[in-house]
Amino acid sequence: MSRSTTEPHLPGLRQPAASNDGLDAPFWEGAQAHELRVQQCLDCGVHQWGPEWMCHQCNSMEIDWVTVDPVGQIYSWQRPHHPVHRALSDRGPYIIVLVELPHASNIRMVGNLLGDPMQNVEIGTPVSVVFEDREGDPDFTLVQWEVSPVN
Amino acid sequence: MSDEYNLRGKVAVVGVGETTYYKHGQSGDPEFVLVLKAILAACEDAGISPKEIDGFCSYSNDRNDPPRLANALGIPELRYSNMQWTSGGGGAAAAVQNAAGAIVAGSADVVVAYRGLAQGQFGRFGRSGGSRPVSGPAAYTLPYGMMSAAQMYAMRTTRFMHEHGVGRSSMRAIAMACYHHAQNNPRAVMHGRTLDEETYDSSRWITEPYRLFDCCLENDGAAAIIVTRTDRAKDLAKTPALVLAAQQSGGHRSGATAENATDYVTSSFKPAVKYLYQQAGITADDIDVVQSYENFTGGVVMSLIEHGLCTYENADEVLTFDNLRADGGALPLNTSGGNLAECYMHGLGLQVEAVRQVRGESSNQVPDAKVALANAGPMVAVASTAIYGTEETLG
Repeated sequence: MSRSTTEPHLPGLRQPAASNDGLDAPFWEGAQAHELRVQQCLDCGVHQWGPEWMCHQCNSMEIDWVTVDPVGQIYSWQRPHHPVHRALSDRGPYIIVLVELPHASNIRMVGNLLGDPMQNVEIGTPVSVVFEDREGDPDFTLVQWEVSPVN
Repeated sequence: MSDEYNLRGKVAVVGVGETTYYKHGQSGDPEFVLVLKAILAACEDAGISPKEIDGFCSYSNDRNDPPRLANALGIPELRYSNMQWTSGGGGAAAAVQNAAGAIVAGSADVVVAYRGLAQGQFGRFGRSGGSRPVSGPAAYTLPYGMMSAAQMYAMRTTRFMHEHGVGRSSMRAIAMACYHHAQNNPRAVMHGRTLDEETYDSSRWITEPYRLFDCCLENDGAAAIIVTRTDRAKDLAKTPALVLAAQQSGGHRSGATAENATDYVTSSFKPAVKYLYQQAGITADDIDVVQSYENFTGGVVMSLIEHGLCTYENADEVLTFDNLRADGGALPLNTSGGNLAECYMHGLGLQVEAVRQVRGESSNQVPDAKVALANAGPMVAVASTAIYGTEETLG
């Protein structure tokens, strides 16, 4: 359901690091292992993203990280043209998608839609994860998306 | 809402002031000096000594803190200081709300709501730099090239247009109305710069669905609003603008990270509006003129709908350039030029303009305006909104 790539989509931007309280370390470790991990409450079962120390639904602090299917649907999107960071100066337009995961309490995740940057984007389109393995200090992996192949 | 627990009419804006509004990075003064100048201007407008100020309210982590301001101004008693937490300029009306609340509570007598920005000194909102690793919520967006304000609020507008099938023509009309009003306002940074349909339509994309003219300016300057008891206001220099209502507004998990707010397609005003009109004792039909915070025009469309000034169904029919003009429109909007064409003083200029409309002093005066609405922040985690009125609106 997912694939990986070593081709950087937006090179030169600041690399992600786990927060210093350890809250989201399992997410970034999961990405490096090519697994999409999000929080799930052990008491009520709701999924949660971004991560927090408490379940927003039942206020339990018994929260686990689970691996979910790396697929979703485009919930919204934008196509930046204006470069706001010097690393984007010669990059041209790119696509940011907000992906909804219906099988994980409808959480939403932000990433890039890979492929033609000028492609027509339709809300509701099924998408799959592309794990983008990047060299850095330390190495890291981004969770990107592409339109799912038609079955 | 009982009268005892309602600030309606008990507090008034008695003075407003601002510095020269500059393009970003163009101020010759440091930010702190800009704030001092704005406070002095507001005090002069009110006919009140700066030494009488005993409270300070701001928002958006304003860097100019009340102890330093009170020290510089030589204020004898600093009785109240307050910072409202939000994203962007969503606290502009909340600063007035907090000032009013302090006065009703007896915590202070003369409170100034203020905001200053000097981007040459401190950097811009619309540029991002750096190479250090990023952690926390920003790590879920920034490595994907989502870091500027336009990028943070674009996808709500995409989804809004998808769900409701309106918005594009409204967004253009809002931008044109702001530029139209700036032409009569000598304070406006875009005074002398007109905007027509062709210019809007051919302007470059910042991030689809926002074109250049859908996005607010970035500026240097400061603005200040002096608030005191209504009974005291009657003895001061200017016609008081009574605070009829002021509310903050954040819905269920509106601050969720990575775009996970439960209600995504919202300007964030839904929770506040029912309290707002109840507090003021009026309905949306009673609003004579509207100052609606434009970070991005798409947010204004949602704001006007959520304030009951139009509907999801008729937005594109109501929000036309002709309707939004002060000179003859049914729903005069952003009559100073607003954040798009007067100045982006993080929205405090829109509160100032609402006061000027109620006083009859706007450069685009709406004839016989008695009730003015001014909101702040759309699409942010916590927005705020206020209604000002003449004394006769108390009934």
